Amino acid sequence: MIQYETVIGLEVHVELKTRSKIFCHSTTAFGGEPNAHVCPGCLGLPGALPVINKSVVEYAIRAALALNFQIASFTKFDRKNYFYPDMAKNYQISQYDLPIAEHGYLNIELNGKTKKIGITRLHIEEDTGKQVHQGSITTTPFSLVDYNRSGVPLIEIVSEPDLRSPEEAYEYLNKLKAIILYTGVSDCKMEEGSLRCDANVSVRPAGSTKLGTKTEIKNMNSFKALQKALTYEIERQIEVLEEGGRIFQETRTWDEEKGITISMRSKEQAHDYRYMPDPDLVPLVIDREWVEEIRRSLPELPDDRKERYVREYGLPAYDAMVLTNTRELADYFEACVAAYPNPKTVSNWVMGDLSRLLNASGVDITNCSIKPRQLSELLQLIDKGTISGKIAKTVFEEMFASGKAAETIVKEKGLVQISDEGAITAIVEEVIANNQKSVDDYRAGKDKALGFLVGQVMKASKGKANPALVNKLLKERL
Amino acid sequence: MITEKDVDHVALLARLEITSKEREMYTNQLNDILEYFQSLQRLDTENVQPTAYVLPLKNVYREDQVGDHLPLEEALANCPDREENYFKVPKIV
Amino acid sequence: MQLYQLTAHEMHDLLINKELSAEELNNKIFDRIEAVDDKIGAYITITKKSALERARVVDRQIQAGEKIAPLAGIPVALKDNICTKGVRTTAGSKILSNFIPPYSATVVEKLEAAGATVIGKTNMDEFAMGSSTENSAFFATKNPWDTQRVSGGSSGGAAAAVCAGAAVCALGSDSGGSIRQPASFCGVVGLKPTYGAVSRYGLISSASSLDQIGPFARDVTDCALLLGAISGHDPNDSTSASYKTPDFTASLINNVRGLKIGVPEEYMAEGLEPEVRAAVEKAMSLFESLGADVEYTTLPHTEYVLATHHIIGSAEASSNLARYDGVRYGFRAFEAGDVIDMFMKTRGQGFGPEVKRRIMLGTYALSAGYYDVYYLKAMKVRTLIKQDFERAFEKYDLLLSPTSPTPAFRFGKKIDDPLQMYLSDIFTSSSNLAGIPSISLSCGFVGRLPVGLQLIGKYFDEGTILRAAYTFEQNTDYHKEFPEV
Repeated sequence: MIQYETVIGLEVHVELKTRSKIFCHSTTAFGGEPNAHVCPGCLGLPGALPVINKSVVEYAIRAALALNFQIASFTKFDRKNYFYPDMAKNYQISQYDLPIAEHGYLNIELNGKTKKIGITRLHIEEDTGKQVHQGSITTTPFSLVDYNRSGVPLIEIVSEPDLRSPEEAYEYLNKLKAIILYTGVSDCKMEEGSLRCDANVSVRPAGSTKLGTKTEIKNMNSFKALQKALTYEIERQIEVLEEGGRIFQETRTWDEEKGITISMRSKEQAHDYRYMPDPDLVPLVIDREWVEEIRRSLPELPDDRKERYVREYGLPAYDAMVLTNTRELADYFEACVAAYPNPKTVSNWVMGDLSRLLNASGVDITNCSIKPRQLSELLQLIDKGTISGKIAKTVFEEMFASGKAAETIVKEKGLVQISDEGAITAIVEEVIANNQKSVDDYRAGKDKALGFLVGQVMKASKGKANPALVNKLLKERL
Repeated sequence: MITEKDVDHVALLARLEITSKEREMYTNQLNDILEYFQSLQRLDTENVQPTAYVLPLKNVYREDQVGDHLPLEEALANCPDREENYFKVPKIV
Repeated sequence: MQLYQLTAHEMHDLLINKELSAEELNNKIFDRIEAVDDKIGAYITITKKSALERARVVDRQIQAGEKIAPLAGIPVALKDNICTKGVRTTAGSKILSNFIPPYSATVVEKLEAAGATVIGKTNMDEFAMGSSTENSAFFATKNPWDTQRVSGGSSGGAAAAVCAGAAVCALGSDSGGSIRQPASFCGVVGLKPTYGAVSRYGLISSASSLDQIGPFARDVTDCALLLGAISGHDPNDSTSASYKTPDFTASLINNVRGLKIGVPEEYMAEGLEPEVRAAVEKAMSLFESLGADVEYTTLPHTEYVLATHHIIGSAEASSNLARYDGVRYGFRAFEAGDVIDMFMKTRGQGFGPEVKRRIMLGTYALSAGYYDVYYLKAMKVRTLIKQDFERAFEKYDLLLSPTSPTPAFRFGKKIDDPLQMYLSDIFTSSSNLAGIPSISLSCGFVGRLPVGLQLIGKYFDEGTILRAAYTFEQNTDYHKEFPEV
């Protein structure tokens, strides 16, 4: 059987969170009564004209710089001409031959290896309105159109066909999202459509340098869907080729319910976008100083931050990667370290118990009830011997649920560690008396038996006995 | 030469329904006009920059400020077919 | 002399001297419209009620002793592709026959701020495509000098209204001669400003890089007043130039001494009707006698103007007119099945033949495989045409030519032959390609049909055009002629 190689390129649309739309003064606010956020411009009324929102250009440059792009010195807007009911002018203002940025890249990490993924271009364009169907698109008797999203600014980021597996595609999208989030130009919410992803996929015999015929996959509404759709489509293409068939260049839509991609061939096969420079807009000559100013205002980005965590904090690369995945998590981590300068201990808590609780409750790190200072106070209680590490986990959960300080909880629940030798000795003697078999085993050289006896002491003390002391006293008496 | 098939293709791209009589008329007229346009091919424009913008304007921006929206009733006032506050259109496929 | 024959500046004097109220003045013009418009067909919509309300506001200002602007209370007509809030705006098309804009064009707001009263919306070739108003979806506008003949186009209604006294002045739009050619046919003054001098916001686009709003008036003074009122930077139009509106009335000087005027020989060549040539030559002599230097010059790429203009205009229009799809406003064909069918039927039935022809031509010129051959080529030739003018203006202050090769032609004469119709714009469309200003004013008659003289100026040099036109007018009487309707 022939081995196949997969070639994937992603086209990602990101909504920019400017206050107003790209070419008019209407709000970009999500939701709202249908068609309440429109003006003559975004409704495509006769005579209305576009004027570019300066923040859109600034945000696009900001995102492009974070993705290592070269910023064009001369750029312009073009019309992409095609008819669709949710497109108010029946052309989309976009950028064709002179996009605002070209030749970017980002690094992904998979199985401990770093891979550089090229990004061909980043351009600015306007979003369309939305259609509401009754039931499915194929059975609805009519559609309803809402132009509130018409004219919301987008950037489209087109990768090189450098991705070789659904996993790489997933990592690429994840990294892209992380970087964009760091720049603050978008909230990248797939469920609200502020991050959208289409994929171009093809397969070819391994070792071949010629690209196979690609299909374009649309309608993947989550990271998981992207991975599932790609996996399905690759299998489908290989199956077709194995059976001696050929792949048609076409657009396919991902059907989440059925878990398959479906051909979207329709009446209109003739796609001819007839791009032309938009005569209603004038070109932009991008001032280098402006670009540098935007560059200076960029925050430390995930790769740099990760590197610094390894270098400055001595964290393992994996910890550094996880902690820097979002700006908020990394900021949280750093605030904890500032108050409790033991990075690895903090990392263990943040990546372990804290992430588990956040995930389970669906709470965002920015709304976490445990503030960095409170986490550091908890860790200090352990260091001082006030509570044991085990009790600390219980306290931590309580802190997460109630937002109370560690010390308050420890006091309220009487969780202070017992470090009084006399009190522990009493329990130790009782345990020895009641567990003759284990005592004998230990004395016969079975070290394991000690663990059982420690456990019995801890149990009898309701977990509050100082474990080190318990060990010491048990050994003395045995 | 532009054929009736070309005219049909262009009419579909431009979303114009044309009758068979119109198809014939437009085929003839477009051929006449396109032939007239051929005169441009006589000019050597190898080293000529295209003029897309007649004035040397650049960097015309507006500030990112939210302004007034059309009142809903005005936004929908000219709508040929409406359902609640939506524009209603026939099915897509 | 009838009241409706007066110019705006003459009416202004009557108003401030309280010899007449603005309301009376407006009523007189509405009376005139009532008397003649059945014969001419200049108006699609009359806005009497709102005009009289505005006139009364001006009257109160006059009564209160306030100083009023030169256009305050003056009845002005608007071509029906200029959006007026709450007033139907059709662009001469069936597809917009019921469209009521929820906003006004910048020029309308400027006119209203200047106190002018908008009296109605005038007839035009559908989406400004045509040279005779025969492409209006509603009716054709007749020439007040001879109702067997066209008023020109596409702003024929505006030109005819001003010519017949059914408006004191008007705004039209010009993408290839649509102000100047009807001004020439109707014997009034019409000016296409420099591209970017007047905001296009609210002008229903035909060809965005060629369209420009401009004034129609009965004399050069009114033309200067109107131009001053509507020009200036508009933040809502990216292509609006950032310049301060000059005081155009300061250019109304009866003196052309030392002015260098070039006459492009290509504009005086074959195809020009002999009597038109004679009238233009007479104008040349007059300028010379008034102290201007007049000589022949050349614009070598003239023969490519029409093709270039038509490719660019059609391509832009094909895209600009895509929005008329029956979804958000305008006509919709309801018998359609799915949405593509609805689009096709709506547009197939909603647009007239010339508009469809240009949409198809423009779509073809932009389509895969033809973009370079037609559209890109035309944009390059546009550069050459622009350079012709730049070279000429190194030597001359103004260029002079006939506005159109013939006076007004008869109805039906050219409507079935698109290429013949386009030839009507042969001397005017080059200004749109280059983006420079030009004016048309009366320089004689062929029988009872006016002949138009075109003066072309440098970028943003409307001042020199107005000065030469004013001088010509002060030394001739053609503008005082009035048709009998």
